[in-house]
Amino acid sequence: MQTNILEYLEQTVPRVPDKVAFADDNSQLTFAAVSRNARAIGTALRQDGLYGEPVVVFMEKSPEAINAFFGVVYAGCYYVPLDVEMPAFRIEMILEQLKPRAVICDGKTEAALPQFGYTGRAYRFDRMIQTEIDDAALAAVRAKQLDIDPIYIVFTSGSTGVPKGILACHRSVIDYIENLSEVLGFSEETVFGNQTPLYFDACLKELYPTLKFGATTWLIPKACFSFPTKLVEYLNARRINTICWVVSALTMISATGTFKTVRPETLHTVAFGSEVFPVKQFRLWKEVLPHASFTNLYGPTEATGMSCYYHVTREFSDTDAIPIGRPFRNTGILLLDEQNREAAYGEPGEICIRGTCLTMGYFGQPDKTAEVFTQNPLQTRFPELIYRTGDIAHYNEDGDLVFVSRKDYQIKHMGHRIELGEIEINCGLFEGVEAVGCIYDKTKGKIVLFYTGGAEKSELAAYLKQRLPRYMQPNKIFRLEQMPHTPNGKLDRKALTALYEAD
Amino acid sequence: MNEILDKIIEILSDLHEDVDFTTCDTLIDDKILDSFDIITVITEINSEFDVAIPADRIVPENFNSAQALAALVEELEEI
Repeated sequence: MQTNILEYLEQTVPRVPDKVAFADDNSQLTFAAVSRNARAIGTALRQDGLYGEPVVVFMEKSPEAINAFFGVVYAGCYYVPLDVEMPAFRIEMILEQLKPRAVICDGKTEAALPQFGYTGRAYRFDRMIQTEIDDAALAAVRAKQLDIDPIYIVFTSGSTGVPKGILACHRSVIDYIENLSEVLGFSEETVFGNQTPLYFDACLKELYPTLKFGATTWLIPKACFSFPTKLVEYLNARRINTICWVVSALTMISATGTFKTVRPETLHTVAFGSEVFPVKQFRLWKEVLPHASFTNLYGPTEATGMSCYYHVTREFSDTDAIPIGRPFRNTGILLLDEQNREAAYGEPGEICIRGTCLTMGYFGQPDKTAEVFTQNPLQTRFPELIYRTGDIAHYNEDGDLVFVSRKDYQIKHMGHRIELGEIEINCGLFEGVEAVGCIYDKTKGKIVLFYTGGAEKSELAAYLKQRLPRYMQPNKIFRLEQMPHTPNGKLDRKALTALYEAD
Repeated sequence: MNEILDKIIEILSDLHEDVDFTTCDTLIDDKILDSFDIITVITEINSEFDVAIPADRIVPENFNSAQALAALVEELEEI
């Protein structure tokens, strides 16, 4: 039985050592190189006594950054991807939470490290891979490792203003990769075109199937996603046949009429998720790729990647929502109503997940973890955890799950999961801001911020850019004389929505 | 032309309150506009001027400055 994700790599290397595993416009790494570099990095970390602790990978998105992840796992540590484009304040906050003893960086990011107040060891990727591999030391690590040991932490938006680090183990990732690969039909012929950043669990879809099958992943330059014709030309030039993208990346191509100029030639597998795919846009894709498979994926980071899938094989009307479908094999879904009973068939309930897919919770935040990773209320005779997603769904007549709404103020914006509360808290910290309220315009996909106080709009916008990632920046800012409140003193979001709509 | 330019600057300023769009001509090169912004700009231009920017004109050169965008809109309006 497989107990370590590195077994994927180790089984593939002898078969296709010289095939390219990970590539971008600057470099290409073969499976043999990935294996060698990862073992060298693992050796280097072990030689300095690192084990069973977080190691931050602070590098530009590149094949090398991915390679560093595997190196960290070889050392028996877990990797934490941080991105150069994250605002400095967020990086500081994450480093403060983790207190890592080691950060792996590249030539560009090394210089930026001191400004975050980081005082631990900084390793350069290019130097680490020169380390002479100590196979005995790595074997000793492997002998100690269990499949319940963590391999990564990814950070997600937290409503208290502090990002939450979600920790996942080998077993959950193996479970996910096995079942996802079956559902989407990956193979050695698969050529992935990666869109999502490496600091989200979304990239698991490409990273580990690439190792498992000896497939190839191209990291598509971010700039391509602003220019649809270039993007499709990029896919064609690299013969990319499989993409797992956020919906907004797909609609950007179809909505701008790109298919009149250029069509994807090699694409046969399209998976999407994180947002609702408007049926009108979906049809444009289906029309241009009538033989491709289209799969809607759904799942929270807390349950390792994706939990449910739906193969879109039938017609939908413009106003229909494409279902999120059924759980992967070995994943269980419960729909619980407000009394913690199973919702009646067809009635809405909170999606609760059980299975090996459940992650280990939030790093260093036992209280936050206990709030959402709870005992299954339907199981009173022995301990069994479920993850409460906060997503409301119901079953349709075909027995497929259909997403309805959120229980709270969490939103999905450009495929990112965001707590409006985190934006509000950060905005409230700016001098000259008194009260803050945030709403989300779903139809236009805009985060709208209202505030009161003397602060200048432009200064507030500049301040938020230093504190919050790009995708959390308000798209529209309004200054008000007074913040509307409900009779019982709560922020009146309905009144804010009315103000926004009147504008 | 000035009316078009003013409106485009207004659309852009809504996206980034802190950028001076009257002078900046490196909106793409300096990564000031990202893919979300580009889509918003295309949508707003469509509803404001009733002009659909064809995919083959959605290229960096046309989005680097408010002036370039205004020129593009003007050209498309004439067709």
